[in-house]
Amino acid sequence: MRDFHRSAPAAVQMTVRDALNQAMDEELERDERVFLLGEEVAQYDGAYKVSRGLWKKYGDKRIIDTPISEINVLLQAGLRPICEFMTFNFSMQAIDQIINSAAKTYYMSAGLQSVPIVFRGPNGASAGVAAQHSQCFAAWYGHCPGLKVVSPWNSEDAKGLLKSAIRDENPVVVLENELLYGVPFEMSEEAQSKDFTIPIGKAKIERQGNSITLVAHSRYVGHCLDAAAVLAKEGIECEVINLRTIRPMDVESIETSVMKTNHLVTVEGGWPQFGIGAEICARIMEGPAFNYLDSPVTRVTGVDIPMPYAKILEDHSLPQVKDIIFSVKKTLNI
Amino acid sequence: MVKAMITSARTYADFTTQATFEIKKCDVFKLDEGPATQVVLTRDEGLQYYRTMQTMRRMELKADQLYKQKIIRGFCHLYDGQEACAVGIEASINLSDHLITAYRAHGYTYTRGGTVKEIMAELTGRRGGIAKGKGGSMHMYCKHFYGGNGIVGAQVPLGAGVALACKYQGNNELCVCLYGDGAANQGQIFETYNMAALWKLPVIFICENNRYGMGTSVERAAASTDYFKRGEFIPGLRVDGMDVLCVREATRFAADHCRSGKGPILMELQTYRYHGHSMSDPGVSYRTREEIQEVRSKSDPISMLKDRMLSNNMASVEELKEIDVEVRKEIEDAAQFATTDPEPPLEELCNHIFCDMPSLEVRGTNPWAKLKSVS
Repeated sequence: MRDFHRSAPAAVQMTVRDALNQAMDEELERDERVFLLGEEVAQYDGAYKVSRGLWKKYGDKRIIDTPISEINVLLQAGLRPICEFMTFNFSMQAIDQIINSAAKTYYMSAGLQSVPIVFRGPNGASAGVAAQHSQCFAAWYGHCPGLKVVSPWNSEDAKGLLKSAIRDENPVVVLENELLYGVPFEMSEEAQSKDFTIPIGKAKIERQGNSITLVAHSRYVGHCLDAAAVLAKEGIECEVINLRTIRPMDVESIETSVMKTNHLVTVEGGWPQFGIGAEICARIMEGPAFNYLDSPVTRVTGVDIPMPYAKILEDHSLPQVKDIIFSVKKTLNI
Repeated sequence: MVKAMITSARTYADFTTQATFEIKKCDVFKLDEGPATQVVLTRDEGLQYYRTMQTMRRMELKADQLYKQKIIRGFCHLYDGQEACAVGIEASINLSDHLITAYRAHGYTYTRGGTVKEIMAELTGRRGGIAKGKGGSMHMYCKHFYGGNGIVGAQVPLGAGVALACKYQGNNELCVCLYGDGAANQGQIFETYNMAALWKLPVIFICENNRYGMGTSVERAAASTDYFKRGEFIPGLRVDGMDVLCVREATRFAADHCRSGKGPILMELQTYRYHGHSMSDPGVSYRTREEIQEVRSKSDPISMLKDRMLSNNMASVEELKEIDVEVRKEIEDAAQFATTDPEPPLEELCNHIFCDMPSLEVRGTNPWAKLKSVS
């Protein structure tokens, strides 16, 4: 009996930037109503080159350079805009519109007026961009009913979540990360398809383990995996959960994991007060997983200060892999 | 000592102490008359403006070098080409007046009293930096200079606020409030125009129009590129921002206007930046190298001043060369300091969150990291 030799499906390496680009390209092609607007997105190819080539392909009507007027968020009846913020720090200039016009309108109109808009751009710290350009807005946007908020980590996340966001009938905030734009990740054959989407509201187990659960979003998923690799050498097997979506948060996945491992550490780049970790702690306490905890939940967060500029200070303002390792051991009482 | 005496003897004997120059007339808006077109420049003033502009130019070029060596990181928005603006403005206001600008701020930090050493050490993120390394390129401050602001346009309402404080305190001071052609389309600027005019605040709004908001030319961003008219009910001037004498004269005119209680005034300075928007922008995808070269050869502010002084026998070639050498040395020394000064100590991490607070505990990256903050 002969078995045909089957080679593994062809996975390719793709950077997060290219994955986002591909997602937008595919959705622009699929639906005429989709268009992109923002500062420098067209002729400049995007401040961070995420929209490279799109203006050349789709032209002025679909890819629009705007003046520096963040507040001009368009509630285009019948259209599906992708609104790029050069960074989410500038979104504060438009945050009233995002919350009061985009997030709340479907509710206020009792279902009459939907707002299928995507707000996307880099979120959180970069490298040396100082206090006004380094804030993480996951907690701020995650606070508001009516908004969906996603935070991709790798290229598959980026493509799948952005495509879902564009197809979603609701306002979706897509929190990208500048430092990840140039990082290549493997894209499975499935992810390379034009119909590949990732459901909003579902977390992913990136690594299985029994000793402790680590939950993170965006860049810190990578940090957690790095910490897990180091800890594995000491026999500590971390289960790493990539949240993928901030709102609606997949608390069930976290609970299931905690009921297995009995320990939880959350990791985020944002500030501690009223943050993602704080919300996870509250939800765990309110649910069935609380009784399975052998120790309090530990939050690893950014330091509670405006972001300093000097490299040595900046490095100490954000969670490093060693902070995660330290916190895991403290939580496990090792 | 002997050399100095000989030099000063040369000064009086050989050089013209002052000369009158014809400068470009300003376009005016809602004004019956504009700034003078015949201005006097003294030799001392000329030498001072030359030195200051040259220092700013060399400082920015050194920053370019250090950035490429990765000794400066993050954002770095250089001012070379626009020197006449900062120097001309400062020439007609006092250090007791106030000034606020956006992120292209190294030049203003210097004219407002920062030293090259402190500025460069801030760019390299060292403890000797003007903000102790905590602010970086976009967040430098000194007395009566409020930065250094990263969010486009946000500094404009702040500037009006400073002017309000001046009026409130009746101290005859004014606030110079700068923004770029890109920022000029921000809504908050129009709100500020309204309040400043309504309350007759002593603020000089200055739009530094360098033709491009990052990669977007003014034609692609603005329904009206007559930035000096966009205050609608605020009088305006359009000024040749490459000529330090034009800027000085226009600022003198504007300052008189404010101090006489007439309220705000708007100046558009037509200027140009040689570098791209920031160090990560080559600056040639949205404009041609020919354009940059043309401005450099025909309108460079330092060359313009130099030509004026030399052709009117107000200085010698050697004298100006000597200033160049001194400036170069000052920049080299500052760069040396900026690259060797140590980074800020970790104890500094949490300081200056609040003012006047006794020691405060600050959460570190994990619950066991209890850090300390002092004001």
